[in-house]
Amino acid sequence: MDKLTELMQQAQQQLDAATNLTELDDVRVHYLGKKGLITGQLKQLGQLPAEQRREAGQEINKAKQALSELINTKKESLEVEALNQRLQNESLDISLPGRKMGEGSLHPVTRTAKRIEEIFMQLGFGVEVGPEIEDDYHNFTALNIPDHHPSRASHDTFYFGDGTLLRTHTSPVQIRTMENQEPPLRIIAPGRVYRCDSDVTHSPMFHQVEGLMVDKDVTFSDLKGILEAFFKAFFEVEDLPTRFRPHYFPFTEPSAETDIQCVLCQGKGCRVCGNTGWIEVMGCGMVNPEVFRHVGIDPEVYTGFAFGFGIDRLAMLRYGIDDLRKLFDNDVRFLKQFA
Amino acid sequence: MKVSENWLREWVELDATTDEVAHQLIMAGTELDGIDPVASAFTDVRVGQIKSIEQHPDADRLRVCQVNIGSDELLQIVTNATVVLEQKVPVAMIGAILPSADANEKPLKIKKGKLRGVLSQGMFCGSETLGMGEAGEGLLPIPDSAELGKNLREVLDLDDVVLDLDATPNRADLLCVAGVARELGVIMQAPVTEVSVKAASLDHEQSFPVKITADDLCQRYVGRIINNLDVKAKTPDWIVEKLQRSGIRSLGPVVDITNYVMLELGQPMHGFDFDKLSGGIDVRNAVEGEKLTLLDGKEILLSADTMVIADEEKALALAGIMGGEDSSVTDDTQNIYLESAYFVPEKIMGKSRKYGLHTDSSHRFERGVSPDLQVKAIERASELITEICGGEVGPFNDVSTRDDLQQRDAVHFERRRIKRHLGIEIDDTRVEDILTRLGCNVETTENGWNITPPVFRFDLATPEDFVEEVARIYGYDNIPARLRPMEPRIARKEETLVDENTLRNILVNRGYQEAITYSFVPPEVESLLSPDQEQIALSNPISEELSIMRSTLWSGLIPALDKNVKRQQPRVRFFETGLSFLKTSEGLTQRKKLAGAITGNVYSEQWNAESRSVDFFDLKGDVEALLEEATGQTFEFVKSDHSALHPGQSTNIISDNQVVGVCGALHPAVEKKLDLDQQVFVFELDMDNISHKKLPEYTKLSPYPSVRRDLALLVNKDVEYSTIAKVLNSLNIQQIVDSFVFDVYSGENVDSGQKSLALGLIFQDFSRTLEEQEISAHVEKIMEALNNHTGAVLR
Repeated sequence: MDKLTELMQQAQQQLDAATNLTELDDVRVHYLGKKGLITGQLKQLGQLPAEQRREAGQEINKAKQALSELINTKKESLEVEALNQRLQNESLDISLPGRKMGEGSLHPVTRTAKRIEEIFMQLGFGVEVGPEIEDDYHNFTALNIPDHHPSRASHDTFYFGDGTLLRTHTSPVQIRTMENQEPPLRIIAPGRVYRCDSDVTHSPMFHQVEGLMVDKDVTFSDLKGILEAFFKAFFEVEDLPTRFRPHYFPFTEPSAETDIQCVLCQGKGCRVCGNTGWIEVMGCGMVNPEVFRHVGIDPEVYTGFAFGFGIDRLAMLRYGIDDLRKLFDNDVRFLKQFA
Repeated sequence: MKVSENWLREWVELDATTDEVAHQLIMAGTELDGIDPVASAFTDVRVGQIKSIEQHPDADRLRVCQVNIGSDELLQIVTNATVVLEQKVPVAMIGAILPSADANEKPLKIKKGKLRGVLSQGMFCGSETLGMGEAGEGLLPIPDSAELGKNLREVLDLDDVVLDLDATPNRADLLCVAGVARELGVIMQAPVTEVSVKAASLDHEQSFPVKITADDLCQRYVGRIINNLDVKAKTPDWIVEKLQRSGIRSLGPVVDITNYVMLELGQPMHGFDFDKLSGGIDVRNAVEGEKLTLLDGKEILLSADTMVIADEEKALALAGIMGGEDSSVTDDTQNIYLESAYFVPEKIMGKSRKYGLHTDSSHRFERGVSPDLQVKAIERASELITEICGGEVGPFNDVSTRDDLQQRDAVHFERRRIKRHLGIEIDDTRVEDILTRLGCNVETTENGWNITPPVFRFDLATPEDFVEEVARIYGYDNIPARLRPMEPRIARKEETLVDENTLRNILVNRGYQEAITYSFVPPEVESLLSPDQEQIALSNPISEELSIMRSTLWSGLIPALDKNVKRQQPRVRFFETGLSFLKTSEGLTQRKKLAGAITGNVYSEQWNAESRSVDFFDLKGDVEALLEEATGQTFEFVKSDHSALHPGQSTNIISDNQVVGVCGALHPAVEKKLDLDQQVFVFELDMDNISHKKLPEYTKLSPYPSVRRDLALLVNKDVEYSTIAKVLNSLNIQQIVDSFVFDVYSGENVDSGQKSLALGLIFQDFSRTLEEQEISAHVEKIMEALNNHTGAVLR
């Protein structure tokens, strides 16, 4: 049986020397293949005397099995090694940036308008839109602003040759909505508005949101409640102080202007709030019965409130933009900041 | 209106600081545009007089002055200011503190010292140093009457601020000191002094006939002659100073006094040179084309809807707006005719604007000057004029066209309206108190009050007006905010509507920046991009550059994109949503568009992405991504003949036989004319036409395997893929579940007039595994049809 022992020793040496799965398989074939050396030993059993055959056969089979196990073990270790090698080969500098399109972004005014819409939608307000080239009736007359009225002076209006105009506020949408829908009404109307004015703090085009609520029992107290809640939600300041000052708008009565405490200095006084601690953000009031009469709503049955504020202004306060003109300059370096 | 706080305090007794007064005004509806001290907070500046001036021994620019400051000893002060003997000057004493105009700078403290070796015991102060003027104005002028040694703050009443009040247009009554004092009296519950005006004692009986022809425009006219006055008399300092604090320059006693009365009582007045008038006053409409030279020297052409003050011969003044030059008071004037009138606000509105004139007078008349003021004002002015200029006063004419001019109708105000509009109840006594203090006559009725507003309150006429007044004085702050319980309403949101925000987000995720460009654009850009469109032009644009309403969003986007490229941002991807404005056969249309413009590299610069410029198919891919939202709609891409686009790289997008969009490369000629540095690709979609999608509908999945067949087709170069796809579709083979192009090749091994299109076809049946010969039969049929229609052969 020396031969078998010798073969096993040789096999062991070759096994140890094998560095990959191909070499390992060569070893297997060399000893355990159909024509393998150990398989050959089995074939030679016939030459032994009969009484030795059984024992010798057992010995050979044992050796065969042992070698087989050794090969499997070696195979597993070589496989692990190969996998490890592969993983190592495939490893990347994961700190390099991923492949991308380049960042896109929504305009800060759109971002802000969306935020405003979302908050009012939670209160059951729908969103309405209207034309930007308007007629005098919807922009002024129906809102109780007669021809030559001094309050028209603050609306530096762009006109067209046929007497139509670019809407100076989003309030005409409130008229169009009341003309076409029956109360109760709860709407906001965001959009572009235009005034013939251009300097550091004025753009000839800017954005407003108009709001309108009409029902049988709407009061000034409700107006305050809803708008205070809005500003708190918008700025995410739970105890944001607001104040309502009497003002004059032909289309509301009583009318108010609304200030919020300066969100930049928390009321301490800064450049943005002109050291007053307050920032004017909105005009509002109870719908003037004259306006209801223009659209055929009975002011003895219904009351309502309306409000309007600048989206651009809120965007500037929210994101700390200090120059209105930046909003419409469309500098990609500016726009990318709102990704 | 700018007004001195001290002046206000002469009329209303206020036990409150400036800030408190300002706050109360603001919270009652009068905004303040500024609170400006009339002088800086300097200390110990006194009135001095120069007694001698000598040249400084060692400095050409300096002089050594001996100054009397009211004590026995003269002060020696070295100065570089230009001074003359006996001049009165403001002297900062040793120890005086002069704050700098710049709050960050330390105040200047005056010390005894030597200037180039000569002792100086103080400093002369310039207007700027005292916070009372601009640099270069020199030493502050001191009135001759000022007592030597007196503190300048006292002499010139400098412990005062100017309140810049911004009254709302409905509150004409707040455009004078008396009105603001009255308002403060109401809101601060303080006693108000009425100006008592004495009737002038008459020196003669001469008067001038007054006729009001335009009796719907002018309802009261009061006039008076004052003879033999000295128009060269000096306006007293106290009037000059008050005018100045209100921002009005002193121009001579008659004008100063009428201006003063306007500020004090709110009645604009005018003084004519009586000797230039003939016959009598006629308040009438102008004759169309009549000429009038105004006080500012400009000649205007009048139209018939404009009211003038005329005499028998000619127009003298633009009523309520500005006097005329010919009849104005000059240094030679001896006799004047004073006018104090009431013009109906609605009738005078817009007139000053029409002539491009906005005056203190028109500002007040348009908003409403109380019709009970005219006599009071003329008496007040007469009193001041005779005091200052002397003169002999005649009787006044008082012509009214209505008997009830000073009467106001009572308004029935029901108590319930307070709760109905404000949401709270307010005690009857409080309501009555507020209204009474506002000057209303209040009479209690069963369910409320009958209220007669004061004649000067043009804005009080309806019950809601009184709701507002009560709320205003009661305090908006005192009305609680209530977040009312809302009737729940589920916002209508149709699932089959394409959400605008989704479209925006698709582009944002594809690396686009959202831009917002002006809706008005340069005419030449419009002409290039929409040459066939009739332009919609503004009558009064800000500038030529912003004068035409955009017919396409490209008119704003392309220049914005180019501006970025020129600002070293070579990769720009912009989109915008908004209205485009078109004149069509149906008139003006304002349609909502979604447009984009891209240029530069397809990817932002990075280490492991292809570096190439965007091309047509990048753009089309973005557009298709948007159109995919509108499921259930089929879109056809057909070569576009848009004149601004590259004819070989542009397409109209058609749905339901309607062009719903267009996309492509900008025409090279247009790029050149717009001076673009890089190739630009653009798209524009009509949002209303891509706003509907299909509700998804489930179909079962086949459990049987699919089979793929690839066909390498050889076709002529001009055969479009869409033709091949159409032929394929027309065969209507149910077992084809998908088909796509996976390669387009021309070059080696393909004839130069041809291209190779590699088509992938996926076959599948719902009820069984497909047999090889079925598929071959399909392929054969497909190839036959393709060959017939397009000449395609297998490669």
